[in-house]
Amino acid sequence: MRKLLIGNHALSYGAKLSRAEVISAYPITPQTEVVELLSEMCASGELKAKFIKVESEHSAMASLIGASAVGVRTFTATSSQGLALMHEMLHWAVGARTPIVMGNINRALAPPWSVWTEQNDSLSQRDTGWMQLYAQNNQEVLDSVIQAYKVAESIDLPAMVILAAFVLSHTSETVEIPDQKKVDAFLPSYKRKYKLDPTDPHAFGGLTNTENYYELRYKIQKAMEKALNKWEEVGKEFEEIFGRKYGLIETYKVSDAKNLIISSATIASTARNAIDKLREKGEKVGLLRIRVFRPFPAKKVRGILNSIDKAVVIDRNIGFGASGIFYQEVKAAMYNEKNTPPIFGVVAGLGGRDVTSKHIIEIYEDTIKKNKPKSDIIWKGLKE
Amino acid sequence: MSKKSKKIIIYKKEKELPPSAISFASMNYNKTGNWRNFRPVINYAKCTSCLICWKFCPEGAIKLKKTKKNNKEVIKPVINYDYCKGCGICWEECPTGAIDIIQEEED
Repeated sequence: MRKLLIGNHALSYGAKLSRAEVISAYPITPQTEVVELLSEMCASGELKAKFIKVESEHSAMASLIGASAVGVRTFTATSSQGLALMHEMLHWAVGARTPIVMGNINRALAPPWSVWTEQNDSLSQRDTGWMQLYAQNNQEVLDSVIQAYKVAESIDLPAMVILAAFVLSHTSETVEIPDQKKVDAFLPSYKRKYKLDPTDPHAFGGLTNTENYYELRYKIQKAMEKALNKWEEVGKEFEEIFGRKYGLIETYKVSDAKNLIISSATIASTARNAIDKLREKGEKVGLLRIRVFRPFPAKKVRGILNSIDKAVVIDRNIGFGASGIFYQEVKAAMYNEKNTPPIFGVVAGLGGRDVTSKHIIEIYEDTIKKNKPKSDIIWKGLKE
Repeated sequence: MSKKSKKIIIYKKEKELPPSAISFASMNYNKTGNWRNFRPVINYAKCTSCLICWKFCPEGAIKLKKTKKNNKEVIKPVINYDYCKGCGICWEECPTGAIDIIQEEED
């Protein structure tokens, strides 16, 4: 069945089809529609889930950690300030190894108040141990929620499905709604080994001595490494059943490409259009879209950049005092390689300023003609 | 899980560890009430069974018990001292002042 859905409702349908059993959330622009629809689904009985209304995002995450520890499938969604308020509990969800799936709508942080898109909210949570996936359209948002549960539950780590504020969250697109029976076959119910169980009560996450803590951190890292293969495996299995292909990265016209545009989320989807126009002008350019950012697909990135002349990374985020964050990660992945091409880093579209196909063509033409970058940040459209 | 697993466990290999920190011993044996410095005591003459103490107890250490008061069936809160850590929240929240707090004495 096909439906016209805004990105936020694509998240709701993803959670519904995955049969989330406990949903806990606090509303925030531009996330509100996600939980609004889910609460309606719970009220009508269409979705058999417990909906917990909480007083803050911190409590939303805390309640889901408890629910997930019991062994049920859980969902929440938030954005920006709400995600920042959750921060302490994000670490807890990882240490407790609870495979919660959360939708996050990328919105710029205050002050000054902004509701428009920027990736600094989710990227500020980079080192919490949450998996992060940046979607480029509403179909991918829905499909990724289902895949995220499958990956998360196989390695006991939580996952964030991330979409751009308004560009996806409030934009309607045609979305294929997968058949429930097929989703059920793809995603069986969640089984947890170490459960919170009143008939056999144990303390969870209590004070742990220095003899054991280090190894528990090692296990989180190992799970992340395992997740790299899992995302690919689950993507393939998803394609076999539903006919849509997903992996850690996505490429466009790279087979004969000399130069590369690297980006994520909706800037990457716009870049395809720019690449078509550049190719008409005779430029051999391709696209690398980083879909899964944590775990970081370093091997995949190396596999493509090793045979490229030059690359430009476009970041809708900034690591203040350093540079664009995807740029840092791509460069770090290439550091010990023999054939590291010059990599340019552009910071664009902060606070939701439009990054159009025309801008991407300009970025490409301005950078690629140079031998190597003069600075770690190239600004685009700055009113100097 | 049994009482004898009370000793400190040091794992030799990371593979022997569960994915997250979980107490090896059952909490049925790991009684945490001995952390308590102050003991809340309910004065049932003043208690109206509003159950606010039960709702606020962060440890789930207040149990509910069906009983009769003036020939009427009422639910009364009963503190489980095996797990009550003496935080005093019930004493602070009780609207009728029916909970006293007494300093514990050394054994």
